[in-house]
Amino acid sequence: MTQPSQPSVTAQPPASAPAPHERSAPAAPGVTFDVQGLNAWFAANQVLSDISLQVQPKAVTAIIGPSGCGKSTFLRTLNRMHELVPGARVEGRILLFGQDLYACDVDPTLVRRRVGMVFQKSNPFPAMSIADNVTAGLKLNGVRQRTVLRERLEQTLRMAALWDEVKDRLSANALSLSGGQQQRLCIARALAIEPEVLLMDEPASALDPLATAKIEELILELRRQFTIVIVTHNMQQASRVSDFTAFLYLGKLIEADHTKQIFTNPRIKQTEDYVTGRFG
Amino acid sequence: MISAVCFACALMVILPLALVLLRLVRMGASSIDWAFLTQLQKPEGEPGGGMANAIVGSLILMGLAALIGVPVGVLGGIYLSEYASNRLKWSVRFAADILNGTPSIVWGIVVYALVVVPMKGASAYAGGLALGLIMIPLVIRTTEEMLALVPNSYREAALALGVSKWKTIVFIVLKTAGKGIITGVLLACSRVAGETAPLLFTTSGNQFWSRRLSDPIASLPRQIYTFAIGPYDDQHRQAWAGALILILLVLSINIGVRIITREGSAKPVK
Amino acid sequence: MAMMVLALVVILGLELCRGAGLSLRVFGWRFLGLSHWNPVNNDFGPLPCIVGTFVSSLLGLAIALPLSLATAVYLTELAPGWARRPVITLIEMLASVPSVILGLWGMYVLLPWLAAGPYPVLKRCLGFLPFFQGPVGGGYCVLSAAIMIAIMIVPIITSISREVFRSIPDTQREAAFALGATRWEATRLAVVKSSTRGIFGAAMLGLGRALGETMAVTMVIGNTHGFSASLLAPGSTLASTIASEFDEAVGSLYPSVLYEMGLVLLLVTIVTNILARLLLGAVRGRQHA
Repeated sequence: MTQPSQPSVTAQPPASAPAPHERSAPAAPGVTFDVQGLNAWFAANQVLSDISLQVQPKAVTAIIGPSGCGKSTFLRTLNRMHELVPGARVEGRILLFGQDLYACDVDPTLVRRRVGMVFQKSNPFPAMSIADNVTAGLKLNGVRQRTVLRERLEQTLRMAALWDEVKDRLSANALSLSGGQQQRLCIARALAIEPEVLLMDEPASALDPLATAKIEELILELRRQFTIVIVTHNMQQASRVSDFTAFLYLGKLIEADHTKQIFTNPRIKQTEDYVTGRFG
Repeated sequence: MISAVCFACALMVILPLALVLLRLVRMGASSIDWAFLTQLQKPEGEPGGGMANAIVGSLILMGLAALIGVPVGVLGGIYLSEYASNRLKWSVRFAADILNGTPSIVWGIVVYALVVVPMKGASAYAGGLALGLIMIPLVIRTTEEMLALVPNSYREAALALGVSKWKTIVFIVLKTAGKGIITGVLLACSRVAGETAPLLFTTSGNQFWSRRLSDPIASLPRQIYTFAIGPYDDQHRQAWAGALILILLVLSINIGVRIITREGSAKPVK
Repeated sequence: MAMMVLALVVILGLELCRGAGLSLRVFGWRFLGLSHWNPVNNDFGPLPCIVGTFVSSLLGLAIALPLSLATAVYLTELAPGWARRPVITLIEMLASVPSVILGLWGMYVLLPWLAAGPYPVLKRCLGFLPFFQGPVGGGYCVLSAAIMIAIMIVPIITSISREVFRSIPDTQREAAFALGATRWEATRLAVVKSSTRGIFGAAMLGLGRALGETMAVTMVIGNTHGFSASLLAPGSTLASTIASEFDEAVGSLYPSVLYEMGLVLLLVTIVTNILARLLLGAVRGRQHA
């Protein structure tokens, strides 16, 4: 890329954006997501402009920025959830391990199977038990063997650090869990279909500090096996859990770097202003 | 003072219901016997006999109506809520409102022209179709409303698991809204069960058992009407009995539905 | 499937027009102004039915509207918590009573009572008005039909106006209370005044039902054609005429005339429903948001 001096996460502020022919260059090897010149709209309203970013494997990348800056939208372009909103549109390329997610022969449901997502508000399926919630994705994708389902159930609930709390009441309604437990259930549900990447959209913003701490612990644990992209408006959280941080402002990627770098020694003034709390 | 006036008005509004029910029970209960439930009607003017064929006929007509109204209504509602563009939504809702407001007697003569004339005779099919057509807009609107109540986050959760759209709709959205939709369907059935006007010309009544669905068929509401405006006291007595059965049918569906929904709403939903 | 709904509206209109074709060709729309009715001589004038439809419906609405509004106010603003559910349930039950059963009750319970008591009294007190003249007979008359209609449309008007009243935020009531208003003043000021539009919408929806109401009306109105200023005289409506004469309509012109009357009825109900929709649109929108 044009700035080899930068560490593994690359970002080009619009001023130094690479020429178009470079933009569609093949993905850098070993990168999970290679986002190239991404634009996104809601109807006529452009919410993301010309974002280029690489997401490293087996690491946590945090997307920060003031509300309305497009961080959730960015996250939702990574598993093609953005286009579900009527009138929403995307331009640019997103390569997942070198494959363009927006190529015309790519089935969005297959993309979503590879890129799991956890939402801001926990959203377990209300008419289902705890166990059914975890295995819902597998069942709906055609997995039928009891033993496999049972195995995945325990495995993913353990991964989500929920197993010990619910193992005695797997058939209870999912809504009987506390808010934090529900969110961890949703994480287990997303993990059950064995995604390659996990997207998290402010997964702890609706939770109390204790439950938040548990989720953060979990993220650090999951980092060993998964690539994680997390959106958060909480800068302390970003600095606690992430390896890389990208700062978005008004739909543009201002700066992306090692988290430590962003929070201690940002190169761009706007980033500094934001992380030190001078605006946003 | 004002409060008392309003209370009195509320009482006035309920009064007819109480009077109707009281009278129905008093007149009807004494007339319902085994013969009424199992026999056919006697020739004009002769006392005795019953409405067995009308009771069965009403159930058959309800079944036929549901066969037409439920699939079209539910699928239409799903389409409206999950697939349609805003423009289309607006026009279909508008159309459904027009259909909903169409007097049932108009349905009667339209189905007469559509089915009875070409088939050269009234039939259970025609009656069922008329009732089914009345059901469609009712079911569409409740289905759509129930689906709209399902939070988008459930759809997103399923889609984010890589589940295809139709599977999401069938296994997640419909499962969540299922109770509400069934409620709506049952209420539509009970509404249709009491409809008389559309049956006047499409089923043309039948004193006997109908052997085929292409035969004319008897039905409770129609029989009640015929007997009510008839000249014989015994027919009037039977009209009351038939009315009691019909209202028991309608109210039991209504109350049953209420119990189902109450259980549903008692669940902790966050 | 959703397309079917649009198709149905088209079919509905087309079939009625097809059925009414002959009548439209013979009489055209001037037919609406004709008032003689004698099928034997091919004399068809639906004007009395049209007038009867509107008179009975509007009268029914006039009876139902104040009752419904008072009930809705009672239910949303005044009633103690425990009383609301049962009253609402009972009103919904009333809505579910089939029209033919109300008609039966009207014929054999309400009419004899009205004819024995209230109608003669009305005549004695207000008999100098043209509206309350002529013989009472069995009570089969336009006023009876209006009462049946009122009973049938009270539930719908009540439930829609309840919806309208409920859509008014509590802060408005509190604002009125804060000005020192009594409970009733607060209700009038904050609730009823700001729901005029919605109340009109509810009334329109009720009117739409009233215009098309068939069975209960057919059974008590007496089904005669002709004008009479008296509300105590029998009459007919579009729906009741179709219901009572369609079966015996022989030849080709007679049924066609009835189809045209059906078409008129449909158009009128569509207009009222559109009006209701426009008036209620804002309220409904607020609730969905």
